[in-house]
Amino acid sequence: MNHTALAPGGPFAERIVDLFWLFGVVAGVVYLIVIGFLVYGLRRRPAGTEPVMAPVSATTLRAIGVALGVTGIVLVGLAFSDFLGNRALAHVPPDALRIRVTAHQWWWEIEYQDPLVTRRVMTANQLTLPTGRPVVLELGSRDVIHSFWVPSLQGKKDLLPGYTTTLALLATRAGDYTGECAEFCGFQHAHMSLDVAAVPPDEFARWLDVQRAAAAEPETDLQRRGREVFLTSSCRACHAVQGTIAAARLGPDLTHVGSRPRIAAGTLPNNSTNMAAWIANPQAFKPGARMPASPLASDDLGALSAYLGSLQ
Amino acid sequence: MNARTTLDVSRLPTYAFGHRSLMWWGTAGMIVIESTLFAIGLVGYFYLRGIAHEWPLSAPPPELRYGTWNTAILLLSGIPNQLAARAALREDLGAVRRWMLVCLAAGVAFQVVRALEFTALNTHWSRNAYGSIVYALLTLHTVHMVTDFVDTAVLAVLMFTGPLTGRRFVDVSENAGYWWFVIGAWLPIYFTIYLVPRLF
Amino acid sequence: MSQLDCTWADSPGLVGALATVDHKRIAIRYIVTTLVFFALAGLLALVMRTQLARADNDLVGPDLYNQLFSMHGSAMMFLFAVPVMEAVALYLVPLMVGTRNVAFPRLNAYGYWLFLFGGLMSFTVFALNIGPEAGWFSYVPLAGPQYSPGKRTDFWAQLITFTEVAALIGAVQIIVTVFKMRAPGMTLSRLPMFAWAMLVTAFMIVFAMPSVMLASTFLITDRLVSTQFFNPAEGGDVLLWQHMFWFFGHPEVYIIFVPALGMISEILPAFARRRVVGYLGLVIALVSIAFLSFGLWVHHMFTTGLPPLGMSFFTVASIMIALPTGLQIFCWIATLTTGQPVRFATPILFVIGFFFIFVIGGMTGVMLGASTLDQQLHDSYFVVAHLHYVLIGGAVFPLFAGFHYWFPKITGRQLSERLGRWNFWLFFIGFNVAFFPMHILGLEGMPRRVYTYSAASGWEGLNLLATLGAFMVGASVLVFICNVVLTLLRGTRAGDNPWGAPGLEWATASPPPAYNFSDIPVVQSRSPLWEENFPVATVAGLPESVPTVLVTRLHDAQPDHVALLPAASLWPLLAALATTVLFIGTVFSPWALIWGSVPVGITLIGWFWPTADEARRHREIEIRPREAEQREVAFGELSA
Repeated sequence: MNHTALAPGGPFAERIVDLFWLFGVVAGVVYLIVIGFLVYGLRRRPAGTEPVMAPVSATTLRAIGVALGVTGIVLVGLAFSDFLGNRALAHVPPDALRIRVTAHQWWWEIEYQDPLVTRRVMTANQLTLPTGRPVVLELGSRDVIHSFWVPSLQGKKDLLPGYTTTLALLATRAGDYTGECAEFCGFQHAHMSLDVAAVPPDEFARWLDVQRAAAAEPETDLQRRGREVFLTSSCRACHAVQGTIAAARLGPDLTHVGSRPRIAAGTLPNNSTNMAAWIANPQAFKPGARMPASPLASDDLGALSAYLGSLQ
Repeated sequence: MNARTTLDVSRLPTYAFGHRSLMWWGTAGMIVIESTLFAIGLVGYFYLRGIAHEWPLSAPPPELRYGTWNTAILLLSGIPNQLAARAALREDLGAVRRWMLVCLAAGVAFQVVRALEFTALNTHWSRNAYGSIVYALLTLHTVHMVTDFVDTAVLAVLMFTGPLTGRRFVDVSENAGYWWFVIGAWLPIYFTIYLVPRLF
Repeated sequence: MSQLDCTWADSPGLVGALATVDHKRIAIRYIVTTLVFFALAGLLALVMRTQLARADNDLVGPDLYNQLFSMHGSAMMFLFAVPVMEAVALYLVPLMVGTRNVAFPRLNAYGYWLFLFGGLMSFTVFALNIGPEAGWFSYVPLAGPQYSPGKRTDFWAQLITFTEVAALIGAVQIIVTVFKMRAPGMTLSRLPMFAWAMLVTAFMIVFAMPSVMLASTFLITDRLVSTQFFNPAEGGDVLLWQHMFWFFGHPEVYIIFVPALGMISEILPAFARRRVVGYLGLVIALVSIAFLSFGLWVHHMFTTGLPPLGMSFFTVASIMIALPTGLQIFCWIATLTTGQPVRFATPILFVIGFFFIFVIGGMTGVMLGASTLDQQLHDSYFVVAHLHYVLIGGAVFPLFAGFHYWFPKITGRQLSERLGRWNFWLFFIGFNVAFFPMHILGLEGMPRRVYTYSAASGWEGLNLLATLGAFMVGASVLVFICNVVLTLLRGTRAGDNPWGAPGLEWATASPPPAYNFSDIPVVQSRSPLWEENFPVATVAGLPESVPTVLVTRLHDAQPDHVALLPAASLWPLLAALATTVLFIGTVFSPWALIWGSVPVGITLIGWFWPTADEARRHREIEIRPREAEQREVAFGELSA
């Protein structure tokens, strides 16, 4: 999993980590100097018997003054470098790809924006980004405060009910990255992860076209049976699959769920066994999650899992 | 200890008025704490107003009548209050008793009018954030008003029944100071609740 | 038994213990209670660390874990860190300034009882599985009526009320005692550094606590009677909570830290056998820290999408507070270099530990204060590392230094040096093993407040290491408890001044008598006991038939008048019980505000109402201000 702030995949995270190393080196040097003087003060030397009542020497006071002055200059320098970093991070070019991210307890609703409503793409817990092209996320929350954090690409930004916040992303290194929710949001704050894939622009365009298409038609009998199960049981009450009559937005959109690396906002790797186990009893993996257990027979469960796996 | 030399304090008084007394400082501490509480409440009012699209939210402003009467009654109650304080400084028990009773009468009056104020706010605490903050400010002040009234009443009874020592006159003097605070704290709250929605 | 002994003695037995207004007895109780809460909160942390030692661990589920970290934080901050510093101050400050008690002895007792009942309430509801679960800063809307059903958050909010009232009471005590009850001749420029630190802290408490009291009241009313303060759908605002909380929350950590700075300024010069270098600079630094600390709070909100100009201001303020903090460190190091070589003993070891640990915390604080850097570091384990480095390094280590330093004065017995060293090294090493890895975990993307993590995350190794360190810290606390217990049973007796220190608290017996000093000294120096002919004079003529203290003038510490203090009483305990009923009642019903006030009113009247007996004794020695004026006695008279 790539979720380290120390190996940036783009210029924003790079800028921040450069600043971190600057502060870190300065901190290290200052620490050694302070400890050095402390050790010097503790050094063994001949002792008197009486307390020292003499006033402090002018030299000592001057030394303290110098130390204070140097500290002030260093601090001002650090503050200024942060100010410059802030300005660099604030600059976003105008032709950014816009994506709306809405946080829920405990999953990420993702909608790729487009002036034409029919060309918008709805997905969940997963972001695919074109390398080299800036992206702007419009962030909001349906319930409590969450925070969107993909450390390898950028700092974090909170998602607040009643507000829309924005966050710029720019991936220059292709690869898979992981993000977490970084503001305590209740029971399953620990299981609110998302998968970010940075791919070359042409691959991204292909991906977007596939995502825009309606759900794949089932090819095997098992998958057809799975779609039947999906549409006749309680799944439709919360989940949408484009191209079928299921259109609810309470839970993640499942139109292309088969193509996601993990399910349940990063709780489990995406395979047929896990899918079936998750659907049967979500509480076993994510206690407190809003999804109820499904009272399905095991072969129905298998069919459903096969169908969902086919939704690439 | 080498104690050949002594500092003789045997003829110092055993109580003192104003900022000489410990109680004055304790009361001042209370006043600073309560003032901070009021100040933060007022900042909250203006914060919520700052993010609102209209103000008051879905309500006409509170009726001016009762709030303004109360402001007048409170300000007027400063007179017997100050006279009680001066009587305490003179250690004039008769005057202290009289003026404290007048203060209590004023106290009854402004509590009755305060109850009427609550009926004329034109909003409810549960309706929206505007209603909540208006009720909060008025309730904060009312709590202080009521506790000051009870304090004053208890002290007044004590001045009638005893047992009395000179220190009780200091208590009367401090209590008057707190009464001034209750009056003074009301003015910015009156301005905020009743005048701000009309003027700005 | 002298007259003083009779007047100041408590009744024997349980009633005497419950009714006492002796600041030392109350403070000892207070300190012990905070240490019990510290140990309990520490145990909660050990459970959390055990859960986090392995990936996908199922020792503790999310519901219990969320209560664990919420209780750990709330108990450490509200039931340990602030109260223990106030309690130490309530013990030491009257002794340090040369008086017999705090300014309001019964209020002191009331403050302790209220604190105790608040703490008992918190741990009781936790034991009943209805403990707070939204973190120690309880953000809305998560903590609001919609997403935190039940009473859990309401109990959290009332914990605030209990502890903040107790803290405010302590603050007023300290301010008035320092301002008005100093020994004659102890001008403010001769005030001991710890007293300065506590004076500054008390002012911070006065201005910071009302904000969280109001915020928690708004939270309770949102939950109980449907106010809309924090509901964006009805004109409320979720960030209003954060502003109100952190306006208190940032000064809060300095409220915890500044007393520790005062302790170091007492202990380090005593060990360096040298007056502290830069007294004026140190005092100005303390005051600057206090002022600056009120201008930093938005650095807790750097990721909420605030305007960049505002963020820049708070970045600069957050970084610049390192300047007065640095000045303190430079002055202390100068004291060491220009003093005698230090004789190593447990107190100075903990002070040295402070330097090593706190300075790291200060550095990471500068990083977190930089808004750009904070975008990555906020709400990650990096913050967990930072806060523990500054709170444990910056407050707990000096506190332990203080315990070992003042223990002989408080109890009359010297703690074991051998166990003290074990205590120190286990704590120092264990702490760094536990918390240093968390810096790395934060940079590796681990968010705060997660009850588990996957094996694929790669976080397991460092988490296991951190858990081992945590258990080492636990062991060190056990060693400390053993040290205290064994010493109380059969430790070596201590004299008046085992460390050869200069302050007034060392000028009386260990432990001090109930009235602190047989004779109040006249002070002429910042380091009285290091002067050749201390004391130059002592106070005579204070009435001894009732508890009395000398009240001196604020600006020049000349004697002004004699204050007659109230006798011991059970009323403060009864009033605290009534207040507890009121506070807990309002968790369940707003009407409790009305009917709960009645017993509170009754007990307060009982407390205040003078008894005929006490009035008679006071009248016997009464000297009215007018009489004194007429005799033209302005100050006390010095006689050879």
